[in-house]
Amino acid sequence: MTGYLFRRIGGALLVLFGLTTILYALFYLAPSDPAVLTCGKGCTPERLADVRHAMGVDDPVHVQYAHFLEGLVAGRDYPSGPDVRHCPAPCLGYSFETDQPVTALLTDRLPVSVSLAIGAEALSLVVGIGAGMLSGLRRHRWLDRLVNGLVLTGYAVPVFLVGLLLLLLFCVVLQWLPFPAYVPFTTNPLLWAQNLLLPWVALATIQAAAYARLTRAGIQETLAEDHIRTARAYGLPERRIIWRRAFRGAMLPLVTLTALDVAAIMTSAVLTETMFGLPGIGQLLVGAVNQIDLPVVVGVTLLTGLLIVVANAVADLLYAAIDPRVQLR
Amino acid sequence: MTTEPVDNQPEVSVPGATLAPTHRGGGGGGARKSLKIENLRIGFGDTRAVDGLSFELPPGGAVGIVGESGSGKSATALALLGLHQNATVTGRISFGGTDLTTLDDREWRRIRGARIAMVFQEPLTALSPFHRIGDQIAEVYRIHTGATRRAARLRAVEVLKQVHIPDAERRARSYPHQFSGGMRQRALIAMALACRPQVIVADEPTTALDVTVQAQILDLLDEVRSTTGAGLLLISHDLGVVAGSADSVVVMRNGRAVEQGPTESVLVTPREAYTRELIAAVPHPNPPRTVEGEPLLRLTDVRKHFKLPRRGRVDAVDGVTLDVRRGETLGIAGESGTGKTTLARMMVGLVEPSAGKITFDGADIARRRGRSVQMVFQDPLSSLNPRRTVGESIADPLRLQGVRDPRARVLSLLERVGLSPREYDRYPHQLSGGMRQRVGIARALAPSPRLIVCDEPVSSLDVTTQAQILALLEDLRSTLDLTLVVVSHDLAVLRQIADRVAVLSGGAVVELGDTARVYEQPEHPYTKELLAAIPVADPLEARRLRALRRSRLV
Repeated sequence: MTGYLFRRIGGALLVLFGLTTILYALFYLAPSDPAVLTCGKGCTPERLADVRHAMGVDDPVHVQYAHFLEGLVAGRDYPSGPDVRHCPAPCLGYSFETDQPVTALLTDRLPVSVSLAIGAEALSLVVGIGAGMLSGLRRHRWLDRLVNGLVLTGYAVPVFLVGLLLLLLFCVVLQWLPFPAYVPFTTNPLLWAQNLLLPWVALATIQAAAYARLTRAGIQETLAEDHIRTARAYGLPERRIIWRRAFRGAMLPLVTLTALDVAAIMTSAVLTETMFGLPGIGQLLVGAVNQIDLPVVVGVTLLTGLLIVVANAVADLLYAAIDPRVQLR
Repeated sequence: MTTEPVDNQPEVSVPGATLAPTHRGGGGGGARKSLKIENLRIGFGDTRAVDGLSFELPPGGAVGIVGESGSGKSATALALLGLHQNATVTGRISFGGTDLTTLDDREWRRIRGARIAMVFQEPLTALSPFHRIGDQIAEVYRIHTGATRRAARLRAVEVLKQVHIPDAERRARSYPHQFSGGMRQRALIAMALACRPQVIVADEPTTALDVTVQAQILDLLDEVRSTTGAGLLLISHDLGVVAGSADSVVVMRNGRAVEQGPTESVLVTPREAYTRELIAAVPHPNPPRTVEGEPLLRLTDVRKHFKLPRRGRVDAVDGVTLDVRRGETLGIAGESGTGKTTLARMMVGLVEPSAGKITFDGADIARRRGRSVQMVFQDPLSSLNPRRTVGESIADPLRLQGVRDPRARVLSLLERVGLSPREYDRYPHQLSGGMRQRVGIARALAPSPRLIVCDEPVSSLDVTTQAQILALLEDLRSTLDLTLVVVSHDLAVLRQIADRVAVLSGGAVVELGDTARVYEQPEHPYTKELLAAIPVADPLEARRLRALRRSRLV
């Protein structure tokens, strides 16, 4: 187990290292110069050189990269005119655009993304597993058909369409809810939930469809297994068979998907965030890409990578906890 | 049925202090009841699986049902527990005066596991992989008796002891995948015993097991029957399995009982042609044949090691030296895990030995490609490409040799192995198991080999089909001047087909000699153990062997 964790962490570090390397290479190859953009119109060559130096883009790319890694591990100092700015570890540098530390930008926006992910995931799981079980048990044929139809619809409709329809219905036509604006949980939990309700529903529409499909297939597959027949042959009540024997097997494939979905919502629910005015990490990334804000892009990508690596590890641990046949080594 | 006296039951005799009852009351018990099946019919849509079957299992008796696949024997077993979901079941299944076919689902649940308990075929998949073995047994006990958790756990350990699981307290906390195949089957039998049922239905309880383990499980079922007084319905495709354990036998074919009666009279003096056919199909010793050909395939101190990640090294084959003589059939006998398949694959050059030398006609096997050595695989369905027709599969080796239009040759090969030319354009799934194995043999014959290695060529087949395939192999060997190596776990099969037998154990040959000598005067203790475990179709001989096995245990 300890050996497994060490190997896992080592692997994660390697993945993240590879990720930053590729990112740096891509940006170096990109044709535009961030210093020119920052300097603005009517920029003199002298000023441009100063900006370059302040941004740290006048060094060769491998030196920049080495500085970046050094900042990540030990912190680094930036020249800022006559002064020196210290950026403590883990230093992701300063945004070219706003000059704020990237770590601060990320920590500002992380709660928004976490809120979005947790709520959407909880809703998707409840609805998805519920619908999947209802149709998978095939008690009523019409119910199975209905759920299948809804699942296909959920799959087929893009999130922005669902989002816009929700906004139109609840905020414009019915006027049950105000237009969403993010309120931190610590300020007012009720308003927090109220404002996040529509984005949660929008995301859950698609995810619940996926979960329902997996649950349905999983429960049907498990119910056809020999050990379920044994349980029946020993007089166990059907309800007990379903919940204590079959449900567990049916949940296995869902574990991995859920873990990866959490990571995905937290970093790349761009459409949802934009539509519902949520200042999350996805929005940050899109803005940064448009402005060629290299430190922010690298920061967000690194966070994405970290989350996905962690999500995968969590999925593996959960998997082993559910299925005793799985051994982590 | 549901109102049954539970407390005035005659105490079932259970030997040994470990079997002290912890929770008497609920569960099975009651006066001993007989199970009587009258005119049972089971249909799935338009197909009739069972068509008018009648037999009786007296209290504490043992009835064997024998039949080939598709004879309706498993459908019968499921009907006894009311487990059919999409079938129409008619007729009477009376259990101590109650007709079980009239029960509703709740009433059925009180029978299942408590009065009639089932032991299934595949012990790995028949137990839940997510729960500990002790917990699964305890759950069944609790459902039927309402015992406390603690009492149920004790009962689980008690029945695990009863089926001779060593260190039962600790092993009750294991998961099924941590048990060996034989132990899992014991655990299933323990589960069946938990509620002291009056009838145990065992559906092919030993099919997935090695021959020595099979003998142990059959002995255990016999022992359990005499110690608990439960009746036993033993279902098998193997006459030998039933012969030693059942008082009476029902021979089934196409959903009907072809013949039934006391075991001795059915198996020793059968009246019906089909029963005689079944008995004749059981492998029987052939007159000995001594082949003194010069060595064709020579193995010299051949070894194969596999390295497993983080689990060290496995010595699958550990120093095998033997010659395969030109024109003979060499049998290689061994249980699972003895390295017999690895050895077979090395003989045809599919697996490279870690050490040692294999020569064919004096040349290193590793340098030869195809042609003169061919292989017939165990599972003909998975070893044929499902997306290609049978003819195309047989033509493959011919095309490799550069034959432009192999169709004519393939058609003659089909005919040679007893298939009609129209099978050429059919797909593997459209053929029966026996036909598929014929295709596998035809494919091996295609490049006109001199040696064919057969890895468990008949283990997935019914007994009558098995006899036909063995006859075909013998015929091919003599008419085509072939040399055969037949690898099998089934010693009866080898006794029929092999001229010499090598017994494998732990990756090494422990005994090698002429078939008649090895079977009649085995020298190595492992060979003796294997031979005592072979199920034989003669009831008297079967009981003698059981007594022999018991005397060795004590």
